[in-house]
Amino acid sequence: MTCVTELPTTEHLLSGNRACAGCGIGIGLRAITKALDGRMVLVNPASCLTVLGGMYPLASLDIPWINVAFPSTAAAAAGVRAGLRAMGREGEMTVLAMAGDGGTADIGIQALSGAAERDDDFIYVCYDNEAYMNTGTQRSGSTPHGAKTTTTWTGKRENPKDVLAIMEAHRIGYVASTSAAFPTDVYDKMVTARDRRGLRYLHMNTPCPSGWSFDPKDSVRLGKLAVETGLVVLFEIADGVFRLTGRSAALAKSGKPRTPVAEYLASQGRFRGMSEADVAEVQAWIDERWGRYVARNAGD
Amino acid sequence: MTVHVMTGNDAAATAAKLARVQVVAAYPITPQSPVVENLSKWVEQGELPAEFVAVESEHSALTVCIGASTVGARAFTATSANGLAYMTEQVWWAAGARLPIVMCVANRAMAAPWNVLNDQQDSMSVRDAGWVQLYCRDNQEILDTTVQAFRIAERLNVPVMVCYDGFLLSHTMMPVDVPDAEVADAFLPPRTAPLQVVDVNNPRNVGPVTLADPRADADGTLQPGYMEFRAMHHGALLEALEVVPDVDRAWETATGRGWGGLVCEYLLDDAEIVLVAAGSLVTQLTLVAEALRAEGVRAGVLGIRCYRPFPVAALRERLAGRALALVFDKALSYGYQGPIAEDLKAALYAAPDAPAVYGAICGLGGRDVSPGQLAAATRAALGDLAAGVTDRAPVWINLAEGSMR
Ligand SMILES: Cc1ncc(C[n+]2csc(CCOP(=O)(O)OP(=O)(O)O)c2C)c(N)n1
Ligand code: SF4
Ligand SMILES: [Mg+2]
Repeated sequence: MTCVTELPTTEHLLSGNRACAGCGIGIGLRAITKALDGRMVLVNPASCLTVLGGMYPLASLDIPWINVAFPSTAAAAAGVRAGLRAMGREGEMTVLAMAGDGGTADIGIQALSGAAERDDDFIYVCYDNEAYMNTGTQRSGSTPHGAKTTTTWTGKRENPKDVLAIMEAHRIGYVASTSAAFPTDVYDKMVTARDRRGLRYLHMNTPCPSGWSFDPKDSVRLGKLAVETGLVVLFEIADGVFRLTGRSAALAKSGKPRTPVAEYLASQGRFRGMSEADVAEVQAWIDERWGRYVARNAGD
Repeated sequence: MTVHVMTGNDAAATAAKLARVQVVAAYPITPQSPVVENLSKWVEQGELPAEFVAVESEHSALTVCIGASTVGARAFTATSANGLAYMTEQVWWAAGARLPIVMCVANRAMAAPWNVLNDQQDSMSVRDAGWVQLYCRDNQEILDTTVQAFRIAERLNVPVMVCYDGFLLSHTMMPVDVPDAEVADAFLPPRTAPLQVVDVNNPRNVGPVTLADPRADADGTLQPGYMEFRAMHHGALLEALEVVPDVDRAWETATGRGWGGLVCEYLLDDAEIVLVAAGSLVTQLTLVAEALRAEGVRAGVLGIRCYRPFPVAALRERLAGRALALVFDKALSYGYQGPIAEDLKAALYAAPDAPAVYGAICGLGGRDVSPGQLAAATRAALGDLAAGVTDRAPVWINLAEGSMR
């Protein structure tokens, strides 16, 4: 595993971008662009990432970037890939599609499923800030149980959609779960993805101070806490082989109890006022899922 | 050049092959499906060295073309009716992003209720999206126009929609001259560098959020706002009024076949009554004009080949001094009138010597339109004209009595 001091020092995400202070997207994107050494084209639908990228004629990254329609990310990346190949330019750059959870789990899932079934040759990263943030924090299919959004005023009743399982069910070669709070985990998975072919899917948790309602200085701390509780689990599935990675692997190995999710929930405004029964339901959901992951863990 | 007997769909697919398209993405829908089937077969058999992306929807079909065209590839797709409606978001995107994509539309009625037969409601409904729209009269024109479309598109950096009537042309066999590959290659060289730069050594953000007003770049130079980009796009469409006829003339030089550029005409010289339409109906109207002339009515035909941009000057010029323009629309702006009639009235407004313009709605959902009915509608219009009627509500041709309540 790469150590933080070993990460390439070249930055492709320039300072002064338009994301909120403490936004997890930028942290993750720094690691991603380092792993690809800027030799990439980013295909991006409407989302907070669009805003981070800057408004014409200014841009806040020094990589090629193509904006595309909200539901269309995976098809657009497939088109870029097909176009580059048809022109003999495929060796020039990695095609990286990067969309939010709404753009992935909800409106973009049809195009993504099509690309996965065809095993189109590009990397798809879903950064998961767990709601439609760009349009003002409405619920998405990835919003966790209990979270208040501007369309779930008393807290969402349902559990989030398991997009990772959906992608695994497409039997693509590489599926990984990561978190922007662990840039080296993001980096290592991106390097692995970069060196493979076909559709590669990464799901990256990105804490969002504005939408989750917490102090921007706590982004990384909360991202890590989500992993400590088992709400976010770091793993990869390469050619069907499941492996916990990083902090999640260490947690499983230690056999020590995970941090109760109540601590995580209490630290964010979006979960304020959750009933004890709801907290217990989330805890049970995490425990059941964690148990399944640990049972599948083939590594370390 | 070889003459083949083929359907309109085969003509469209053959044209895409002659144009050496590099990326094809399409999704099946009646009556367009054979276009996709042919192209996928040719790619699989190695007859066409292109990427064929078997997408899961029309939204993705046009999206794949958008992605491929952005990085410089020549991209092609085809669809009909609900497929076109389903990709509408991307119809606008392709145009706004100034991508020279060519799309064939085998015109079909819009659901509900389901109907797979011909009218032109589908493509007419996206006339404002910023594409050049060309309508074809027969299968030869489909082939010729589809090859021409790439040259128009790449010259102007706007997408071009080639429309032809579903079943009436898409599934009807006709003899079609297929030019030799060398002729097509000389007419249509490989695409030059795209407008957009996608290059790791010259990184750009393509199509980002653009504000209402112009804004300074890092060097302090003012760059366009959204409205300036829209004006440039409009300018490109207006330029198409020159480019479409230019390209048609160049094709005529190369193959001996021209199609009139923006409009086509038949027996127009001394015509008092001008029958106006787009698509295969124009061919039918030539029979109607002949029949009326045999009765002593000086009738002629004016076909709209280029519907967007709307050829205002050409129409004003051709129609000046005529008594009546009778427009047959296979589409309708519900609660108003047929789109061609509506546009023609606007185009002739305040024009000196403009004729009266009447509209007629016909052929919706494949309803048969016979030359006899068209001639009868024209005779009735002449009666109205003689009675001094300057404007009237569109009449519906071959509609069951009492349907409009
Ligand atoms: C077809 C369409 N529907 C709705 C929108 C409005 N819209 C833009 S971004 C967005 C939410 C994006 O959510 P997500 O993908 O989670 O990204 P985030 O903003 O949270 O980063 C929505 C609903 C749109 N641009 N296009
Ligand atoms: S709303 Fe959240 S995800 Fe969006 S830029 Fe702000 S912090 Fe980042
Ligand atoms: Mg989101």
